[in-house]
Formats: sequence, structure tokens, C-alpha cells
Amino acid sequence: MNDLMSHAPPAFLKEGTNPYPELYRRDYAAQSPAYTPIYKTSVLRSPRNALLSIDHTVSETTGPVFGHNELGMLDNDLILNYAKGGEAIGPRIIVHGYVLDENGRGLSNTLVEFWQANAGGRYRHKNDTYLAPIDPNFGGCGRTLTDENGYYYFRTIRPGPYPWRNYVNSWRPAHIHFSLFGNAFAQRLITQMYFEGDPLIKVCPIIKTIPDEEAINRLIAPLDLNASVPDDTMAYRFDMVLRGRRSTLFENRLEGN
Amino acid sequence: MSVKYLKETASQTAGPYVHIGLAPHQAGFDIFQNNFDNNLVGATTRGAQIIIEGRVFDGSGSLVRDALIEAWQANADGRYNHPGDRQKQGSIDPNFRGWGRACTDFETGIFRFYTVKPGCVAGREGKVQAPHINLWIVARGINMGLNTRLYFADEEKANEADPILRGIELKKRRETLIAKPSQKDGKTVYSFDIVIQGENETVFFDV
Repeated sequence: MNDLMSHAPPAFLKEGTNPYPELYRRDYAAQSPAYTPIYKTSVLRSPRNALLSIDHTVSETTGPVFGHNELGMLDNDLILNYAKGGEAIGPRIIVHGYVLDENGRGLSNTLVEFWQANAGGRYRHKNDTYLAPIDPNFGGCGRTLTDENGYYYFRTIRPGPYPWRNYVNSWRPAHIHFSLFGNAFAQRLITQMYFEGDPLIKVCPIIKTIPDEEAINRLIAPLDLNASVPDDTMAYRFDMVLRGRRSTLFENRLEGN
Repeated sequence: MSVKYLKETASQTAGPYVHIGLAPHQAGFDIFQNNFDNNLVGATTRGAQIIIEGRVFDGSGSLVRDALIEAWQANADGRYNHPGDRQKQGSIDPNFRGWGRACTDFETGIFRFYTVKPGCVAGREGKVQAPHINLWIVARGINMGLNTRLYFADEEKANEADPILRGIELKKRRETLIAKPSQKDGKTVYSFDIVIQGENETVFFDV
């Protein structure tokens, strides 16, 4: 316990500098507020106090780094990565696109994770009791790292819609969940991708929590026939944007002096 | 005319089945060879090993049993394992990424991290930040991940000088970010409950 006791900050700490620039402030006008009664679960799971805005330090401008050696060969192929003698059932699709920052630059080597229901709208999860059957050959999750341009892709089956208890007769549109890291912990983001033309998008309470129509449209992936594999797999294009970094022109350094 | 930037993608809730993608073992199946988890340390990680243990509560005082929490922290020298950390103190520990993820247990609601106690980290304008762990919380019902920080009760002096803690106007609310140590089976355990809403609501940050 002794070595855990308080120690005075070392003097040389003050010499530290961190030129890794701050991130742009979040535009909350294009993000769901925490309290959104239309999505009932948010009522008790939303802070009542305002978020405290803090200037960025090295704690916010850095984040975890992942390597290719941490991922398996099939991690980006949901048709095969849980195959137990067969293949996942459902329309075969490729999902691909770029992870960009607000400056339009691709974010390279950043971890992208995704998960989804099977073609019948059932999740492989011990808490999901929907009557649609589990697909024995479909796990429903995967992950990949973006390339040097921020490009990512994976193969899966198109997930089905499913009912959930928000209102009676609430149905989630078909969707794929995405988890993104960027290169700073303050860029950390989870979102959902929807499919062009799905009539459930317009009536989904979770989507309606987003106050900005353009922001909603950016979550809807269009069909991308050019990227489809003829006679084999359709493709959908989904680009995602994480917060940008400021340029360092005339910048006061975050740390040091 | 305004300057054109791309807009950050809208956040959406991680939902009740977040475990499938980010912690499949908790969802109830095994799919990846390599799983990301709540153990941040290896056999050779430098520093004092500690356990963080806590629960998450909603506005009715009920346990949130389906939350996922991620930790991002500096190593024992106060260095982040990232090229953007240009601090001069100490060194990067190749055996410590400084990141992990934990789930609240479906029954008990408890989450745990196995890690090391971080060192002090440079703040802005030559100030020093007390040892802290950055936390990010997602769950069903949370539209956008909640950011907070865990500080250590036995770092009283450093906490007193910490610019972020000092920025919390109501002193009482600073207490919501302080983890308290105890000894369990010869290990140092810091208890840190997160209250999403209500009395003793945790301070969350717009980072």
C-alpha cells in the first residue's frame, strides 16, 4: 500500500509539451440530447446536470492504438467467422467506406467494430428472447482496421428488423452497430448504420432522437452497385466522420510553456 | 457562405446487445481468437497493480446491468501509450496499452478493471493533473457515450491542485469522481460507483 500513497508531481513534468492538436468541439445541434422521452429508456439513463466542458489535455487528445496482429483472418467476414459447417443465412452484402475526420482526412489504422442481428432479426445474445431463430452459422460481430486512407470493408448478411418494447408495436429498422476509436479518446463513438429505402427508418424512436435531418440521412447507407460482386454479393457504402483536429497555426501549446 | 467541414457522425445508443460486438463472451459466445477485456496489465507491466471496482446506477437508483465501460489511462510514469503524448517525463511501457473495457455483470451489476495506478499527467499551461483514469460509458438508453474521470482518494494533494477537479464548481460534486481504496485479499481495490442521474450524480464531461 505504501507505494500507492500520494507522491508530489515531479518538477520535470512541467517541461512536457504536447503539440498533438486539440479536437474540434462537438456540435451538439447534430447529436441526440441525453434526455429523449421518445426513446423511453433514456429517461432514467440521462444525466440531469449539464456536462462540464473541459479544455483538452493529453488525456483527451490521445487514445488506444491497435495492431493487425490482434485481429484474426476472418474477423471482417461475418459470413464465415462463426460458420459451423455451413454459412450464415441471408442476403450477402459487403459494407465498405471511409472513416474520416471533420477535415475530410482519412483516419488510418483505426479499429472499427460492428455487430448486428441475423437475417431474422435475432441477436446471438443471452438477453435476446425474440422468437425468430438463432442462425447456427452466424455470430453477428466482426472488426477490422482501416487502411492508410481510412478505408474499411467487411462482408456479412443483411440483418432483419425486429420488435422491441418502446411503444407496443415498435420495430427497429434493419441496422448494423458500429464502434469507432479514431486516434483520440475524445473521438470515441458508437453509432448505427441503416439501409437505404427501409420504411422503418421514418418511425424509429431511436433515430428520431437525432434533432438534425441531415445527420439522420448520413446514417443511411446507399446501395453501391459498383462495389457489388456480380452473381454473389451486394454492397452498401457507409462513410463515418469523427471529430477533426485543429491546425497548430499560432497555437498556444496545450502543455508546457 | 461558410467554411465547409464534414460533420461528426451522429452517435446512436450502443443498445442492449453491445456485448455481441465488443465483449462477445459476456453475450454468451466465443468467436474471436483475441478478446479485448478488462485486464490492462501483463506480467511485466510496471507500477503498482490495482483493481477498480464499481457499479452503475440509473435515475431510480437501480443497477444498470448492461453497461459497457472503457478505461483510458497513462502508465505509472504518467505517459500515455500514444504518439501524441510528447511529455518528457518517464517512458512508454511497451507492456501497457492503457486501455481496456469492462461490462457490468448481468446479475450483480459490478464492473472491474485490473490495471496499474497511473502517474501524474501534464495539464494545460504548465499545470499538473492528478493521477486519473478516463472513463467512457455506453449502454441501452444512453444516446451518446458519457465521459468521466476517476481520481484516487489517496492522492489528496494532487487532487487538490488538479485543474479539472478545481473546475467543478460545487465541491461536493468533486467527490463523485474520487475512488476510495480498500484492501481485499491482499490487493488494493478502488471503489468507484457511477451515478448516471439523481442524487450524487457523477460529473460527466463535454470533452
